[in-house]
Amino acid sequence: MLYLRFLSMHLRAQMQYKSSFVMLLVSQFVMTMGAAAGVYFLYLQFGEIEGFAFPEVILCFAVILMGFSIAECFFYGLDSFPALLRRAEFDRVLCRPRGALYQVLCSTVEIYRLASLLQGIIMLAYALPASGVHWTPERCAVLGGMVLGGASIFAALFLTYGAICFFTTEGIEFFNIFTFGGREFGRYPFSIYGKWALRFFTFIVPLACVQYYPLCYILDRTPNPAWALTPLAAQLFWLPAASLWRLGIRRYRSTGS
Amino acid sequence: MKTYTGMLRIRFAAGMQYRAAALGGLVTQFFWGGFEILLYAALYQNGAPQSITFAQLTSYTWLRQAFLALLFSLFFDADIFASIEQGGLAYELCRPADLYALWFSRTAAGRLSNAVLRCGPILIVAALLPAPYGLMLPPSLAAFAAFVLSLALSWLVGVANCMLVYVICCHTLSPRGVRRIATSVVSFFSGEMIPIPFFPPVMRNVLIYLPFGAGANMPLRVYSGNIAGTEALTGIALQVFWLVALVLLGHLLLGRVLRRVQLQGG
Repeated sequence: MLYLRFLSMHLRAQMQYKSSFVMLLVSQFVMTMGAAAGVYFLYLQFGEIEGFAFPEVILCFAVILMGFSIAECFFYGLDSFPALLRRAEFDRVLCRPRGALYQVLCSTVEIYRLASLLQGIIMLAYALPASGVHWTPERCAVLGGMVLGGASIFAALFLTYGAICFFTTEGIEFFNIFTFGGREFGRYPFSIYGKWALRFFTFIVPLACVQYYPLCYILDRTPNPAWALTPLAAQLFWLPAASLWRLGIRRYRSTGS
Repeated sequence: MKTYTGMLRIRFAAGMQYRAAALGGLVTQFFWGGFEILLYAALYQNGAPQSITFAQLTSYTWLRQAFLALLFSLFFDADIFASIEQGGLAYELCRPADLYALWFSRTAAGRLSNAVLRCGPILIVAALLPAPYGLMLPPSLAAFAAFVLSLALSWLVGVANCMLVYVICCHTLSPRGVRRIATSVVSFFSGEMIPIPFFPPVMRNVLIYLPFGAGANMPLRVYSGNIAGTEALTGIALQVFWLVALVLLGHLLLGRVLRRVQLQGG
């Protein structure tokens, strides 16, 4: 498959600069460790947040972190998409006999960002037993669904970001609220930010559907077993994201060559 | 000196051009500040810690968002990195000016213009928010004066920190990783992840005396009276000390690195 060829190409290219690659890996590690230490310090100070104990929040943190790092690694081409548009390289993309999105995704794969995925696994190794949950197969499946669903929602967010760039050419800073803000504030279940924040992150940007609701199911905090399926329902978010991307391509005007 | 103030003026004027970007940034910062406050509101339901009250914390958060460009440790001048990575450094070295002072004034101006564009609306809206959630008035005129002085010092300490990162980048050929490590360490210990008052007491007491505590931490807490009296004066004295120390160190290191610098491209 062509994508795998590109993947191995990126991997080999990035491994050419070994010390640089290692440094980036370490930097990714250090950043996330800082975030985790921040959560830990807050728990030392306050004990709990809205009834969520430390291991439970770490569970939430790990899920969002893993979802985000998967999306960031493979969809990074969309994050740097405004630069591609400004250099008018998208014209060339349109000339080639492959899907435009496919090519954009092939253009950049930042493998070092998967360091966070590893860290997420380490956090899970702590939180899975520490949370005191009885891990039945259904609960494990829901947890997996949270990670994959999260990766998919973040990917759709990156796609929306790329699609908006068709109209603005410039990357818009405020979109970071959803992507980086989602990662930042998604460390804690979105319910703690209040009713409106939870509604926003359920119906507009459905990130709460991959953490708060299924987490409540796993922790036995809800009588409604349907909450286990919210990561699936959240995938409806792909509809507007994909149509915006299509519309963007149709409306695309080059910035010159 | 005139060269450097000139550089400061030019950069400032250039930075003021990006008004639309500033508007987008404003929305982001409101959102960010608002969510941080919601998070802390949830935490404070379990009882307030002794180190900082909720009203002090919200003022801290809004002021930080308003003056983010002055205070944030990751705010560099992108052109300087580009000149290091792509060999533009050669031109910079030809100029009959001290490179340290040139870069210093350039970075300082970039931060200042950005903050000037953004701080007004955030301060106004934050001041209009209801009591514990908004920006409170400083407890005294003295506290406000100390805040202004301390803010200016943080701005310069921040620039001096950036200068050290530029030096590191001149030294290594692949600056991205080093830069990210340096900034995330500095960022964490300067209280950008969570404010220093939430650190465990031992760390808190040590960090105050290190350059980390001399950055954003000082003005943001002096404003609300969280740090007051002799403690505030000591804090400001420490800021002056670290500013001088970091500038001397940066100047020394830059001189040393430039003696055998490798240029990338031409």
